[in-house]
Amino acid sequence: MLNSCKLKIAGLQAWYDSRQVLKGFGMEIRANKITAVIGPSGCGKSTFIRCLNRMHEIVPGARVSGSVLLDEQDIYRANPVEIRRRIGMVFQAPNVFPAMSVFENIAAGLSLNGLRNKQKLREVVEKSLAQVGLLEEIGSFIHLPATGLSSGQLQRVCIARALAVQPEVILMDEPCSALDPIASFHIEELLSELKQQYTIVIVTHNMQQAARISDYTVFLSQGDLIEYGSTPTVFINPRDRRTESYITGRSA
Amino acid sequence: MVGFCGLSTLLISGLLLLVLGYITLHGLPGANLNFFTRLPAPVGMEGGGLAQAVAGSFILIGLACLIGIPWGIGAGIFLSEVGKDSWWGEGVRFAVDVLSGVPSIITGIFVYSILVVKLQSFSALAGGVALGIIMVPLVARNTEGILQLVPQGLREAALALGLPFWKVILKIILPTAARGIGIGVTLAVAGVAGETAPLFFTSLSNNYWSLGLLEPIASLPMEIFRYATAPFAAWHELAWTGALVLITIVVSGMLLARILLPGYNFRR
Amino acid sequence: MSRDLFRGMTAVLSLGLVLLVFLMAFVIWQQAEASVQKSGWEFIVSRHWDPVHEEFGALPYIYGTVISTMLAVLFAGPVSIGAAIYLAEFAPRRTKALLAFVVDVLAAIPSIVYGLWGSFVLAPFLRNYIEPWLGKNLGFLPFFQGSPFGLDMLAAGIMLAIMSIPVITAVAREVLETVPDGQREPLIAMGATPWEVVRIGVIPYARNGIVGAFTLGLGKAIGETMAVTMVIGNEPKISASLFSPAHSMTSVIVNEFAQATSVLHLSSLIHIGLLLFGLTLLINVLARLLIYQMSWRVKKRNENT
Repeated sequence: MLNSCKLKIAGLQAWYDSRQVLKGFGMEIRANKITAVIGPSGCGKSTFIRCLNRMHEIVPGARVSGSVLLDEQDIYRANPVEIRRRIGMVFQAPNVFPAMSVFENIAAGLSLNGLRNKQKLREVVEKSLAQVGLLEEIGSFIHLPATGLSSGQLQRVCIARALAVQPEVILMDEPCSALDPIASFHIEELLSELKQQYTIVIVTHNMQQAARISDYTVFLSQGDLIEYGSTPTVFINPRDRRTESYITGRSA
Repeated sequence: MVGFCGLSTLLISGLLLLVLGYITLHGLPGANLNFFTRLPAPVGMEGGGLAQAVAGSFILIGLACLIGIPWGIGAGIFLSEVGKDSWWGEGVRFAVDVLSGVPSIITGIFVYSILVVKLQSFSALAGGVALGIIMVPLVARNTEGILQLVPQGLREAALALGLPFWKVILKIILPTAARGIGIGVTLAVAGVAGETAPLFFTSLSNNYWSLGLLEPIASLPMEIFRYATAPFAAWHELAWTGALVLITIVVSGMLLARILLPGYNFRR
Repeated sequence: MSRDLFRGMTAVLSLGLVLLVFLMAFVIWQQAEASVQKSGWEFIVSRHWDPVHEEFGALPYIYGTVISTMLAVLFAGPVSIGAAIYLAEFAPRRTKALLAFVVDVLAAIPSIVYGLWGSFVLAPFLRNYIEPWLGKNLGFLPFFQGSPFGLDMLAAGIMLAIMSIPVITAVAREVLETVPDGQREPLIAMGATPWEVVRIGVIPYARNGIVGAFTLGLGKAIGETMAVTMVIGNEPKISASLFSPAHSMTSVIVNEFAQATSVLHLSSLIHIGLLLFGLTLLINVLARLLIYQMSWRVKKRNENT
């Protein structure tokens, strides 16, 4: 169905020890669309998406309440390891595994979970590299350690690694902030292609980027959801004054 | 005043040279193949060696590693990954600190009381256990330190891929830290290779070529002691050479560590 | 394997460690109990160590340990602190690594090797050169009276000092390095000399940590066995003279253990071990507390700025 919803969030609250970071809100993430999450520093953007793949609870003292439904299944009642295979994540700084080659990195999600068939692994790795546009660039070097690559390439390897496990949703926590503008641009192009197959949620502090690539935008401030809607609406005709201030740069 | 401080460091370096110098001087002449392959010769005869001591030390260290390495790495993983900011973690860290401060003679008495008395004999096994216990805090502290140096982002990336926690630690984090942990283990081994006091109460010594685990066994440090305190000059020579061998093992281990991982401060 | 199972397994290993410590204390206590029952507090104050008549007073050994370790800290202290200050504050970067390596090697040399060197090189040197000189020129002091022996309290003190130096230096250096720059900068800005910066800004701040370093060194010296046994002379004498042979808690245990004549004899030796255990435990805990307290203080400062 065209505008079906992939993730349904309701009453989401999150704490670090006694400090409440997300104050409780709900929304829907549409399938096969890019949803951008924007907001001032400290508003809870990162915490928010970490709640979507149960990464928040890893930190000692962290707590979550509320529900997040992935296709009608509450992820908080399921096995977190399973959930994280269906909802992948790409982080701000490229974090390839240093003890492994590029090939092993991309295959890690599958090989460490039991897939040993070398042929199958090679197929998956090549497919993922092709998806992120690296197959020609580094195709012949994939059995070397991942250390010689540029940060743009490294970040794409991380994306390939996340894609290799064939998730349904990809969460991205400021994936371009450690990259130069050209590398960022390549990643943005990539995302526009990927959304045909995946649902993407991207946290970004770069508003031009959000406006360029996303279909929907969420604006958070101090742990509250201020506004959510289609990107053109939020950027051109925001309903809330705070959204407008943030977007036009008037407030912090 | 600054001069005094500089002088102090000079003094310390001088001390090192003094000690190492004498050992090399007296030990080098006897450092030949005989030392490693022959048993001690009767008094007055030439050509004896301390082969049984070298072999014995190998066995004792091997036993020690069987106990010390898994236990130490496991505790190190616990301190770094599992119990990090909890009460348990603090308690275990305290236990590790206490254990590392226990004089090795006490460890020897402890193992004597539980193993030697029960088995009615001094044994290589007891010696290995004592040395293993001494190794555990060294390995644990170093493992914890190295694991802490692995960036948190790696753990997150691995978890986010949908890998279970134990696989993240054992298959991704540990291999990343393998080099540092390996060096820590090497240094710990070098450290227990020279321990003598605990062996007095556990493995004691053996004049013959004995490799049985439930028998007393010779070891380099114990033989150095016996030969140094014996009234024969020829035996003193053996003691010096034995000391040279020990020092070589220890210093090579440290040099290796410096070369492979420069800058990392190995915890005592 | 679930996350909890994995954590459980490592927890078991670690708790096993805690249990080990308790077990050690328990077993040693148990073995020493016979002696504790028989000798009670007398054990610590009586000089009479007589295995034949089964009367055991450990004072000579306690005396030996106390005096030799105090000498060790006395000799090692200034040198270690000086070197630590040099390494932390004044040394040029290239030599710093080399000197740190030197200290580490000194720390890693096995006790038996030090003992060998001590008995064959240090003791004769003391007996033939140093002690006669001391006796001639400072003989009015009770410390330097009596005939030079070589294998005596002085040798033990020097030996232990050499072995404590690396520990004290390394820890003191770390302690000094954690002193925040905020302590040095205002003094530098005021035009203080490098030494004044250290004396006024760094040392007072690091005082507890430095005392902690000393204490750790003391703890290590108290537990030292082989090096002491080979140079201290192994005679249970209590004398003010540093030239007199002596005995320490550790050396008497290794000397008499194999030939212990009775269950009580053995138990008394282990009783000494128990005292040693308790002593080193206390000292190490004290040392750690002092050092942690300092790093805690630094952390608080950093949080507040």
